[in-house]
Amino acid sequence: MEKNILKFKLNGEDMELLVTPDETLLDVLRDKLNLTGTKKGCGKGECGACTVIINGNAMNSCIIPAMKAMNKEVQTIEGIGTAGKLHPIQETFIEEGAIQCGFCTPGMIMSSKALLDKNLSPTREEVKEAISGNICRCTGYVKIEQAVLSAANRMKGKNQVGEGE
Amino acid sequence: MVLKQYVLAKSMDDVFECFKKYSGEARIVAGGTDLVLDLESGKVECNCLIDITEIDELKKIELIDENVIIGAAVTHNEVNKSDLVKKIAPVLSQACGTVGSLQIRNVATVVGNVVNGQPAADAAVALMALGAQAEVRGLNCTKIIPLEDMYAGVGKTNIDCVNEIVTSVKFPALKDNHGSSFERFAQREALALPMLNIAVVLSLKEDRTVEWARIVMAPVGPRPIRAKNAEKILTGNVISSELIEMAAEEAVKDANPRDSALRGTAEYRKEVLQVLVRRALEGAVASIS
Repeated sequence: MEKNILKFKLNGEDMELLVTPDETLLDVLRDKLNLTGTKKGCGKGECGACTVIINGNAMNSCIIPAMKAMNKEVQTIEGIGTAGKLHPIQETFIEEGAIQCGFCTPGMIMSSKALLDKNLSPTREEVKEAISGNICRCTGYVKIEQAVLSAANRMKGKNQVGEGE
Repeated sequence: MVLKQYVLAKSMDDVFECFKKYSGEARIVAGGTDLVLDLESGKVECNCLIDITEIDELKKIELIDENVIIGAAVTHNEVNKSDLVKKIAPVLSQACGTVGSLQIRNVATVVGNVVNGQPAADAAVALMALGAQAEVRGLNCTKIIPLEDMYAGVGKTNIDCVNEIVTSVKFPALKDNHGSSFERFAQREALALPMLNIAVVLSLKEDRTVEWARIVMAPVGPRPIRAKNAEKILTGNVISSELIEMAAEEAVKDANPRDSALRGTAEYRKEVLQVLVRRALEGAVASIS
């Protein structure tokens, strides 16, 4: 099997590595780059646990051939906050109790971020659409929706006083 | 056969070069949301994947001579959110918004939805109601095939997938006296296969008689099914709730759903189908202002 050089931007950093044609982006993130924040749930694009942001859009990394990331910008959960400085969506997920087992959380947060990066005043319906591809089997969706709405408010507040990212 | 190469094509020339080089063992991949899974399970085998999503000429949604043209690299979400499509083919915008999840719609292409040949593909059902045609390019020829003539069985089309590529689908833009509507019935509102989906496009004359109508129903056969007798009942008559009810009743006779653990029993779905066809017809009429 031939290997191809894959060049892309991952969480703001230029990456260059060898991938095989049958590898998915999720395989590369988890197994080659040890970024295990992105979860493998169903492996079929049905649960959303593997959601990453590619060029601004939420996508299921488990069914995306790694080569599709060529020259693109990929964001994973590792790239949006640190333990010391959480992203506002991470903060509000904790505050609102929007996490139980946590397995769906990285995907939920990436789907939410893809929405809020484009729209800081979403309606509850828009939030529901944004996370409709992310399945949570513990806590239900009400608190998650609330967390995304609070994060939107928090991010909007920051933008208004000029403290945006 | 092991997948040996992944080619990011930059032009149509790249595509045909690859077809030639791998003679019969290279396949097109666009969004890949179905193909990647089929490759993984061994249902599909090939030597080389030709990724067409970076070819600029395939990325467009255009209105040319009152025809809407959707390129093979255009995703469901792009069609769903397109102001042009919302305005001149709302039924397609609506259908594209129901497929899978947002993550899937951000990747999966509308042309892929058609080429895959699945009987319940939402975008394909809407496109068939719009009278869409596919442009199929081979190395030395270009064919225009009506979607209705493309199906060759469940999950199969007449496209020679190792020598040809569907570059776009096109359909006439709807006019002011045309109405359209899409109805979908599924177990949940996201990430669920349709138990039934219906697309209707019809044209009303000034005196409210139906000039023509296309009713497409799925999955009630090996491919999306036209309710041709119901269309005949409508054509030439003044639209009324009685006429719509008669057509809906007739439409069910053209449907042949199977019992399915996932989609419900045939008996149940036939009952629901009549209601959905009625709603779709009412919706299409109501959409004409």
